[in-house]
Amino acid sequence: MNAKKAVNFIMFSLTGVCALLTVGILFFILGYMAWRGAASLSWSFFTQLPAPVGEPGGGMANAIVGSGKVLLLATVIGIPIGFLGGVYLNEYAGMTMSFVIRYATDLLNGVPSIVIGIVVWALVVQPMGHYSAMAGGIALGIMMIPISVRSTEEFLHAVPLSLREAAVALGASKWKAIATVVIPAAMRGIITGTMLDFARVAGETAPLLFTALGNSFWSSGYNQPTATLPAMIYTYAISAYDDWHRQAWAAGFVLLALVLTINVIARLVVSRGIHMPRGAA
Amino acid sequence: MSSASNAEPKRSVPGHIMTQRFRPALEKRASGGESERKTTPEAKITASNIHFYYGSFQALEDISLDFTRNRITALIGPSGCGKSTFIRTLNRMHETVRGTRLQGTIRMDNEDILKHDVNVLRRRVGMVFQKSNPFPKSIFENISYGLRVNGMARRKELGELVERSLRKAALWDEVKDKLSQSAYGLSGGQQQRLCIARALTVDPEVLLLDEPCSALDPIATAKIEELLFELKDQCTIVIVTHNMQQAARVADFTAFFLMGRLIEFNETKVIYTAPKNKETEDYITGRFG
Repeated sequence: MNAKKAVNFIMFSLTGVCALLTVGILFFILGYMAWRGAASLSWSFFTQLPAPVGEPGGGMANAIVGSGKVLLLATVIGIPIGFLGGVYLNEYAGMTMSFVIRYATDLLNGVPSIVIGIVVWALVVQPMGHYSAMAGGIALGIMMIPISVRSTEEFLHAVPLSLREAAVALGASKWKAIATVVIPAAMRGIITGTMLDFARVAGETAPLLFTALGNSFWSSGYNQPTATLPAMIYTYAISAYDDWHRQAWAAGFVLLALVLTINVIARLVVSRGIHMPRGAA
Repeated sequence: MSSASNAEPKRSVPGHIMTQRFRPALEKRASGGESERKTTPEAKITASNIHFYYGSFQALEDISLDFTRNRITALIGPSGCGKSTFIRTLNRMHETVRGTRLQGTIRMDNEDILKHDVNVLRRRVGMVFQKSNPFPKSIFENISYGLRVNGMARRKELGELVERSLRKAALWDEVKDKLSQSAYGLSGGQQQRLCIARALTVDPEVLLLDEPCSALDPIATAKIEELLFELKDQCTIVIVTHNMQQAARVADFTAFFLMGRLIEFNETKVIYTAPKNKETEDYITGRFG
């Protein structure tokens, strides 16, 4: 009896500690980044270009804008493909097709990001002859597709069959029912999935190193090498200068804050969704 | 299944005849090959020799049944007897389920509905489901959905048509001040009447109701039954119900299904007072099912 009680207590404690550790790690990272990053953060970080080595001050305004540009292009490329692919997967694909698509999507999701970087480098950067924001956007866009497909599928799947039946029974064609009833009913979820997808690739570094590369100055359009926050963090963190290290902490803090904010907003969006009537979902 | 049911499909033919003098003629026609059956003037829909399969499972066996114009026909029978499967063939909703197969012919006003454009057919044959299924949209958008999706009205006319449908479904007074609110704010009974109103907006010739009151309390049920009486003038109504009192109250004709077969079909009062079949009698008197 006592042995049983002891095992019970040990397992209870062990699992509890591990759960606490999980929460703890998150808060440690948050706290540490806030401590190191916030201290190095100043208004000029958001408004100025990087200062040359040796000169104090400077910021990463170009990297913030560059990240925005690259992510915008990634979203424009990745989300429509992922969303429509998800619609096909959930609404049209038969048993075999949906198995194949789901499997391929999960494999694509598992492709290391650096491999996607190499491929884009070979197919976009090399033919163009130079690094560009466009190449970075394409690489991240490809990375957004699988998550978008699966989250779209998941949220469409949660729309009750009875709503599709209601629409079709009123004379709507299948596509009209999907476009006017099913997708709107799943819209909040799909938006949430898109935001989480966006937040996930916002921190991707490896594929950007040899697609968008980096830039110490402003770059206009999508045709030039472009600074991005993650690549900037990488470059600055491995440099030999204390000033740069501080800037890297600040950039890490900004990136983390951005990703967390998007995550929290995304969760709010989905939790405020219209509740399906009991039993219908 | 007993031997009594073997001859049932034919028995279904005279059942809908309202006056005695048509009876001999029809019996004659029925005996002369049912696939040649023509729609009688009273019949809005004529289903002939319907066999239905889910994969290899046969859910309906040789069902032949006429639905009289501007009358209410009830389909009764125990769970799994095929009555819901059958009603879903009348607007071809079964086609939305993979692996189903239908044999036989269904004619509406002498047109083969299986060759009809399916979206037009479903506009003409409305359906109300067991669980109320309003869209997660406003009341107004719910009611006007059918009009918009079928391109039946200009934006300006929508308001008027929505009001007309809600009045027909006796829901107007309850919702007129909250048309822009979500339909999910309505009570269960109101939601089901909303679904009826939504189906009525596109002026269906036939209204199919698949156990529309099974989730409702007696008061809400009474309102819907009252509504069905009023709708008889405008359309032909087919209702599946588990509730035998309901069938007795609302239906002009009643069909009794058992294990995928049509056992007996006749005027409701005949079915309830003098059923010809032992199984029908047992079911109606509550001895099984």
